[in-house]
Amino acid sequence: MSGKTLPAAPAGEALAALEARGFDFYSGVACSILAPLITELTRVPGRYRPAPREDLAVGLAAGAYLAGRRPVALMQNSGLGYSLNALMSLNWIYRIPLLLVIGYRGFGGAPARPDGACASGGPADAPEHWVIGAHGEALLKEIGIPVWVPDAAGWAGAVDEAAAWLERERRPAALMLRKGIVS
Amino acid sequence: MMTTREAIAVVAELLKEEVVICTTGYTCRDMQVVRDRARNFYMIGSMGLAAPIGLGLAVARPELPVVVLDGDGALLMGLGVLPMIAADRPKNLTHVVLDNEAFVSTGKQPTFSSVVPLERLAEAAGYPVVHRLVHPEQIRKVWGAPAAGPRFLLIKCRPDTGPAAPRVEADPERITQRLMEAIAS
Repeated sequence: MSGKTLPAAPAGEALAALEARGFDFYSGVACSILAPLITELTRVPGRYRPAPREDLAVGLAAGAYLAGRRPVALMQNSGLGYSLNALMSLNWIYRIPLLLVIGYRGFGGAPARPDGACASGGPADAPEHWVIGAHGEALLKEIGIPVWVPDAAGWAGAVDEAAAWLERERRPAALMLRKGIVS
Repeated sequence: MMTTREAIAVVAELLKEEVVICTTGYTCRDMQVVRDRARNFYMIGSMGLAAPIGLGLAVARPELPVVVLDGDGALLMGLGVLPMIAADRPKNLTHVVLDNEAFVSTGKQPTFSSVVPLERLAEAAGYPVVHRLVHPEQIRKVWGAPAAGPRFLLIKCRPDTGPAAPRVEADPERITQRLMEAIAS
């Protein structure tokens, strides 16, 4: 898929799929991949609460869950590091479900070919995303958080599956969005 | 000056239907001993997140009074929560900071709240009600005074001496369940 652009789902439809499964509380930290989704959320005043850092969004979402809401935290994969302790020592042990919608920067990791392409065949992302891009997905799975990496056509199905998992396990699940999946 | 546990006891005595989010460490343990109740959430891990949890509850349930029992060290870990709370302005949130100027649960290592007055940070962020309290009667007076929050109540206290209270007994999962059952609308 080198150089090709993935087909995109409009942000309005992507958000509608979340709302259709009952997700009704949104917080997070900005990310260029998630920008269309966050912009769509902010069309309704008060629907999205920006957090200064990702762990604070995870805490805020946990409080909303205790109050009976179904929260989503949006963040770039760079924010996973700040969030890991909260996900493990709060959400996981207290059984507080949370849908993570994560911007997948650095997909494929560092440049691995002479032409600068990474392992996925696409162009490598900026250096600060290489390591988390290569290992973030595995890191989540390692601590028991399931991950979906849908394409545009698979978004609604992935939301369905993640929502069912949250309902059943009452622990976090993650949807990781590559660049261009939502426009 | 009150000890931290004495300050917790003064607040605990004033509680009615409030949900109380207790920060990590001895604050949870002391609250469990002083006044265990279904509406207490003992946050045994995730240090620094008691206030964001309280904010999430308060904005999602505006009719429900929410109290955060925070510490100076815990607040300093995630100061970004101060403008977050001030921007949202939940009237039903009271943010109590038990300021004993130390990480007491890990052996009384110093913070720097002896030099930096934390209530000034809350004031600068824009909390409409900010108090620095030292005596039990000050806490009682402020607690009962009608005021739209978010309120920031800094309580200066000193570390307790003697044995620590026992660890939180309930499973974390049970703590979640009993709180959600207690406040189900």
